[in-house]
Amino acid sequence: MSLLEVRDLRVSFDTPDGVVRAVRGVSFDVERGRTLGVVGESGSGKSVTAQTLLRLTPGARVSGAARFEGRDLLRMPAEELRRIRGARIAMIFQDPLSSLHPLYRVGRQIAEMIRAHRPDTPAARARARAVELLGLVGIPEPDRRAEDYPHQFSGGMRQRAMIAMALALEPALIIADEPTTALDSTVRAQILDLLLRLQREFGTALVMITHDLGVVAELADEVLVMYAGKPAEHAGRRDLFHRHHHPYTKGLLESVPRAGRGRARLRPVAGQPPSLIDVPPACPFHPRCPYVMDRCRVDEPPPRPVPSPGGREHRSACWLPLEAQGRDAGAERLRERAVAEGRTREAG
Amino acid sequence: MNDVLVRLENVTKHFPIRQGLVFKKEIARVRAVDGVDLKVRRGETLGVVGESGCGKSTLARCIAGLHPVTGGRVLFEGTDVGRLTPAGLREFRRQVQMVFQDPYGSLNPRRRVGSIIGDPFDIHGIADGAERRRRVRELMELVGLNPEHYNRFPAEFSGGQRQRIGVARALALRPRLVVCDEPVSALDVSVQAQVINLLDDLQRELGLTYVFIAHDLAVVRYVSDRVAVMYLGRIVETAAAEELYARPRHPYTAALLSAESVPDPDEAARRQRIVLTGDVPSPIDPPRACRFHPRCPKAQARCVQEPPSLIARGADPPDHLTRCHFPVEADDDLAHEHASIRQVSTDPALPEVER
Repeated sequence: MSLLEVRDLRVSFDTPDGVVRAVRGVSFDVERGRTLGVVGESGSGKSVTAQTLLRLTPGARVSGAARFEGRDLLRMPAEELRRIRGARIAMIFQDPLSSLHPLYRVGRQIAEMIRAHRPDTPAARARARAVELLGLVGIPEPDRRAEDYPHQFSGGMRQRAMIAMALALEPALIIADEPTTALDSTVRAQILDLLLRLQREFGTALVMITHDLGVVAELADEVLVMYAGKPAEHAGRRDLFHRHHHPYTKGLLESVPRAGRGRARLRPVAGQPPSLIDVPPACPFHPRCPYVMDRCRVDEPPPRPVPSPGGREHRSACWLPLEAQGRDAGAERLRERAVAEGRTREAG
Repeated sequence: MNDVLVRLENVTKHFPIRQGLVFKKEIARVRAVDGVDLKVRRGETLGVVGESGCGKSTLARCIAGLHPVTGGRVLFEGTDVGRLTPAGLREFRRQVQMVFQDPYGSLNPRRRVGSIIGDPFDIHGIADGAERRRRVRELMELVGLNPEHYNRFPAEFSGGQRQRIGVARALALRPRLVVCDEPVSALDVSVQAQVINLLDDLQRELGLTYVFIAHDLAVVRYVSDRVAVMYLGRIVETAAAEELYARPRHPYTAALLSAESVPDPDEAARRQRIVLTGDVPSPIDPPRACRFHPRCPKAQARCVQEPPSLIARGADPPDHLTRCHFPVEADDDLAHEHASIRQVSTDPALPEVER
């Protein structure tokens, strides 16, 4: 049994403009001590997926299952969920300033978290643990800094404090929603290093939600690429970067300027991400896909198993031939041939 | 002959912090830009990189004439922008335009796109009525917007399209210099590339000169001919883009490059990351001498006593300038080097950190 098993998760919101279908059927597993990277652009449903796991999306219509250590997070009584949140599953958000209470000292916030879950911990013991945690995440002079208010911390230090808080009860799973997006690059590097090191030390599983392919390249074991509320592709890290199958994954990788390519023109994905109120029918990516075939407009591709040389699980929701992987010329020929056939068959 | 379009001479921009109700005594000043010398050549893209608080946006605004400078001079076509007559200033504002980061905040939500883009024609009394409408449609087409959408409001456009509106507005008066302040950082990855390609095409078509401010090194490398790296209000290194990325000489540049996000698991694993100690110090009370010394893995006693100047070091090409006494050499291993001075923690509230 995996630590977390998400099955056919669907989340929608009623709004005055119509029903927003933010998540439209997402399934994945997270194993103990492993990292799953969830990548997507704004509106892909990646953050809503994460928040729904902890039932942080009030007013949403939710279906599917999210079994954590065998128990369904979406259906358990609120009291039981409260015991899991923070203790067994911790969350780190993008903006550490709004996740910390501005009027309480940082050390006290961590100590209180500990005492909320373990009421029999003596206050002095909880405080000592808070100081210890602040030191662990690299805050100099933790004893003194525990007495500071959040505004006295820099952005990087606040994110460190959030990580300290997330680790306080040694959770089995940390969900991090864009934890480095608001940070500068040198600080971002520090925080990623810290997360990696702590994850190894504590054996914590990590779900890392990000739009930054660089973050995924660095620390994910597996990657889930989301588009319009659905998984487009799910693969091991090296497969995703070198043997990706879905044209959206390919488009994302080609949109990023890379070293050593000179000024070869960028090849962005055409068009805009779709509205989640009015999602394109069949394959949601078809209006932007350079390889669109007739079938893609009428028939929604299910996640299909893609052969992986390492034997890792690799799935892609795309009708292109499964052997068309990666960016080399052979794969490109396969795609072009399929497209030529796929466009004439129904036209002729 | 003269290929320099803009020249900055020892430009400073300080923001006073005042206290008191009546006299508003100045108690400190934020030294956002603190002695910048820089040249922007005709037709080139000069990239300016740095982390938040390094003064790059303030520098952009000084170049565009949106901030009067505290000291030094900004020369546009050899004329001091600070001493322009009202008519001269008007002409300067035609020549220099800006594209802003936030495609939501920089467009008035209550006005139609056509009138937003057409504003510059009104302000400068260049075109009105049907002629103005014709020109606006032309601009919309130029930046890849559907001219039919002339009467829509900004809210009806996506982030990428709004950024195109901002670009169209900036181009209305056929400026010579466009200062872009983080023009793509608020956009999704796939849309970022669209806007970068657009800026690229427009530069070639219209012979524009760009100053391109960003914190994303990969984007800056991609768009720039030359790059200047800023740290705490000062330029610490400047060189041709390829040269700077291939052979960074300032330890800060090297650290920035090593912290760059690399979308390739093999490269990411191979790379030696230089982890800097602490955070960026406050620009209110920047460190003495070399401003980078409290975080620099190569720092020595001299760095605390004597401010380095921005000059070509060693056998570097004459336009590769580095503000460092001990520039990075090819065989340096900064990831494992430690300063020979006691490094003071950069946070003013913190005492010294023991190594």
